Amino acid sequence: MPEALPTGPAPRTAIDEARAPRPTGLSALGGVESLAGSLPPTGLPSKRTGLGAMFWVCAGWVALMGLLAILAGVLPLKAPNFQDYSAVNVGPSLHHLLGTDDLGRDLLARIIFGSRVSLVIGFGSIGIGLAAGGTLGLLAGYLGGVVDHILNALSFVILAFPALLAIMVIERFWEPVSLLKLVVLFSAVAAPQLFRIMRATTLSFAGREFVVASRATGATTGRILLRELLPNTLPAAASFALIGVALAIVTEGALAFLGLSVSLPTSSLGNIINAGVNNDNLTLNPYIALWPSLYIFLLLTTLNLMSDRLRSYFDVREVKL
Amino acid sequence: MNPLRRRPHLRFPDVASLEGPLLEVEDLHTSFRTPRGLVRAVDGVSFSLGRGRTLGVVGESGSGKTVLGRSVMGLIPGSNVVRSGTVRFSGLDLTAMSVRELREVWGMQVAMVFQDPMTALNPVVRVGRQITESLRLRAGLDRAGARETALALLTSVGIPDPERRLRSYPHELSGGMRQRVMIAISLACGPKLLLADEPTTGLDVTVQAQILDLLATQQRERHMGMILVTHDLGVVANRTDEIAVMYAGRIVEQAPTAELFAHTRMPYTEALMRSIPRIADPSHTRLRAIPGRPPDLAADTQGCRFAPRCPYVQDQCRTEEPPLRTAGQGHVFRCWYPVGSAEGADALARNVSALVPAALAFTGTRVRDAAAAPNGARAQA
Amino acid sequence: MTRYVATRVALLVVISFLISVAAFLLIHLLPGDPTLAILGPNDNPTARATLLKQLGLDHGLVQQYWTWIRNVVHGNLGVSFLTKQTVTNALSVAVPIDLELIIVSQVIALAVAIPLALVAAMRPNKAFDRVATTTTFGFLSLPTFVAGPLLVLLFAVELHVVPATGFNRLSQGLGSNLQSVILPSVTLAIGSIAVYYRLLRADLISTLQEDFVTMARAKGLSTPYILVRHVLRPSSFSLLAGAGISIGTLFTGAFVVEVLFQLPGIGYQLVQAIYARDYLVVQGMALVAAVAFVVVNFGVDFLLTLLDPRVRRA
Repeated sequence: MPEALPTGPAPRTAIDEARAPRPTGLSALGGVESLAGSLPPTGLPSKRTGLGAMFWVCAGWVALMGLLAILAGVLPLKAPNFQDYSAVNVGPSLHHLLGTDDLGRDLLARIIFGSRVSLVIGFGSIGIGLAAGGTLGLLAGYLGGVVDHILNALSFVILAFPALLAIMVIERFWEPVSLLKLVVLFSAVAAPQLFRIMRATTLSFAGREFVVASRATGATTGRILLRELLPNTLPAAASFALIGVALAIVTEGALAFLGLSVSLPTSSLGNIINAGVNNDNLTLNPYIALWPSLYIFLLLTTLNLMSDRLRSYFDVREVKL
Repeated sequence: MNPLRRRPHLRFPDVASLEGPLLEVEDLHTSFRTPRGLVRAVDGVSFSLGRGRTLGVVGESGSGKTVLGRSVMGLIPGSNVVRSGTVRFSGLDLTAMSVRELREVWGMQVAMVFQDPMTALNPVVRVGRQITESLRLRAGLDRAGARETALALLTSVGIPDPERRLRSYPHELSGGMRQRVMIAISLACGPKLLLADEPTTGLDVTVQAQILDLLATQQRERHMGMILVTHDLGVVANRTDEIAVMYAGRIVEQAPTAELFAHTRMPYTEALMRSIPRIADPSHTRLRAIPGRPPDLAADTQGCRFAPRCPYVQDQCRTEEPPLRTAGQGHVFRCWYPVGSAEGADALARNVSALVPAALAFTGTRVRDAAAAPNGARAQA
Repeated sequence: MTRYVATRVALLVVISFLISVAAFLLIHLLPGDPTLAILGPNDNPTARATLLKQLGLDHGLVQQYWTWIRNVVHGNLGVSFLTKQTVTNALSVAVPIDLELIIVSQVIALAVAIPLALVAAMRPNKAFDRVATTTTFGFLSLPTFVAGPLLVLLFAVELHVVPATGFNRLSQGLGSNLQSVILPSVTLAIGSIAVYYRLLRADLISTLQEDFVTMARAKGLSTPYILVRHVLRPSSFSLLAGAGISIGTLFTGAFVVEVLFQLPGIGYQLVQAIYARDYLVVQGMALVAAVAFVVVNFGVDFLLTLLDPRVRRA
């Protein structure tokens, strides 16, 4: 999976270290930095402002999409692969809410069943990657030492190789392509990324006073990791995780578009778009490409918005002492 | 003529024939709207400055003195700023001017020397360009002329080897040199008023003296008006004609320099003076700091803002804010129980016997001594 | 300075080596018989054995790797069994196309993102900023395989302004060349615009709060001048760093774009080779693609250190 899209100034160590610390917008006030002292210093959210209505609307949408995908089998949908030659390239109508494609297949059903692949790969790979890579990152960040160095170097090397390329090559030379294999592959690519993120977040927290205090009262490493660090690092990493989901969905879509995703007949959204572009379908029936595009657009937008909101929500609490 | 030069559309009167003060500030208020409330950084400041005169503005961090300087110039942008009052420069109302008109004033008529040259100079632009750009864009000089003038400026502020310095970056210069460069930049277009905001903070003491001398010389030669903003009374002691002491956004005392030192009235000023360590003091003399912390500029308080820390405080001080009163030629202050008056001495004595911490700290009396002498001992001040 | 360069180059070499190993192992460690793909399931064992020998697959892994690497260093990246063309030949066709795509798309992206960010940073959170930020945010949700077909639909199908597919070489005239390249470049640029705009805007806003900007204003300099000559340069570091990361997305986006628009670049050829399990080609091109990716990232990093006079001394 390609590197996460940066949504803020990218950290480049040499540059960042060399730059003078930037004064905040209150620099004009000279000595009124006391205002900063009133913000809580931990990474946990305060109850004053929430995440905002927009966040929950987006979360709701994602949840809805997930629900549709899970319940696809029991919902009153037409069969996604049934080719009804009497209803070829029909526009949106009562019978076929989103119309049909050039083989008479109901588009709504195809999209919902197709979304299963995208969502499973998106959330599944990030979930596993977070569990594996994230845990390692937490450990490496906190424990440091040789293990940390090795793991860090390893992740650097793995990430140097373009991910999509690796995925394409592996899954093509390793027939047959199954959903499980894809999830494993994507997780393998996501894990180093999430490793680095968790490690970086852990490092920024590990030196803080509440960790030192915890250690001073005799807490074991396990307890510190679980009770102190995890609740603080997880929210910060959550925003990156959401971006990761978005990226995984895009990557799978690209793969499917190139015909390299799960084998037919299960069509993924990318496959549908691909079909919508070939055979003059773009001219004859643009809906084939349009609906899945809209679906992906909405899904990605909601994920990005949620990720953005999470980031700004937790960033403010990071008072640079 | 440099085609980039904009034509100024404000006519500035020839200052030689100027009547009236160079700068007049009337009831200036500058506040910031923050999530915590309205922060009143400058809360009703008035003063005037004549040409060729120097005004020192003294106060702690958080007294609003930096905001005052920038507010006078009109440099504070932002949608959360509330400004009221008038600032008149050479008779022109700066507060009523648009930003475009103000740009004509900045640099050419009024200039500012910033506090920290490391952040005030663009780190990725060479020093030479930072000087010549105003010469070329504002004064209309061509490249060669600007370069010559820049060299002359650098020499006049005491920078050796100016050719090399023109090509240097700010981080390649020492702190003192950077400050000199800043002064050179501000003087480049020959302003009539110079605002120096903490020009010596962060510099070695010896360099401080050099910088201040430099400013004084330049001011004399160019017959400029100058405002020296600082927290250090020592800086303004011998180099200003007049001093204004700021506290919590207000001027609490203002007088000609000699008068201020000779006949201090406001307890805050007195405390400031006492806090300066003197070389004549015996070793291990305790520093006489002012107890307490600067006030919260967002809070709405009644009474004198200095009351929580004042050794002379009485009940009236906590409920009624003292107005500006006159005490001689050009000397104004705000205090109900001023220094050097009978009421003041009385108030202090009463506070000592009442074990008010500020009064105890002020007189250096220890608690048990004060408690033992119910009439209040007149300790050495 | 030279020590810094030397260490970076050494690192580059090490990583390239590791990449070559990875590219090699990717294919050879996977279960599945390459001869199956080449000859099909109906064949006789003798033919298979001959083919194996031909491809050198009967030797041990290390031996195979060594032979391959030796060839690579000598400029022989292998031959495609499909087209009988050498990989080097295929690359010489593909690389100029990709270069043009990258250059044109990035030029477009920068030409759009920089002015937008400048104007937005001048008046943050006002009308223009909100519109621009929302729009570019929307771009983030338009992956190449979504944006591409939409653009084709709009411009090629409905408006008939440009051809939908095909690549016209420069030799056929600049006009037709640009015509065939403009739509794919815009598709690629969309993602980049979003990234560049956000990075630059954030950095500009933060730089605008620095003291030296207030000082420049106090000198009476005009806002456009300050923006371009004082603020843009210190703020562009993030942009460059983002460009480096962007190259990564370009790689993946390029595959889709090339296939969609039928442009025979590295991505297109690679995808064809992967379809056909033309493993030598895949190996060779994957190596080239991956190394190029790393080299560009290193190059950007280097450029960053070069540009910041404060870091130069580090």
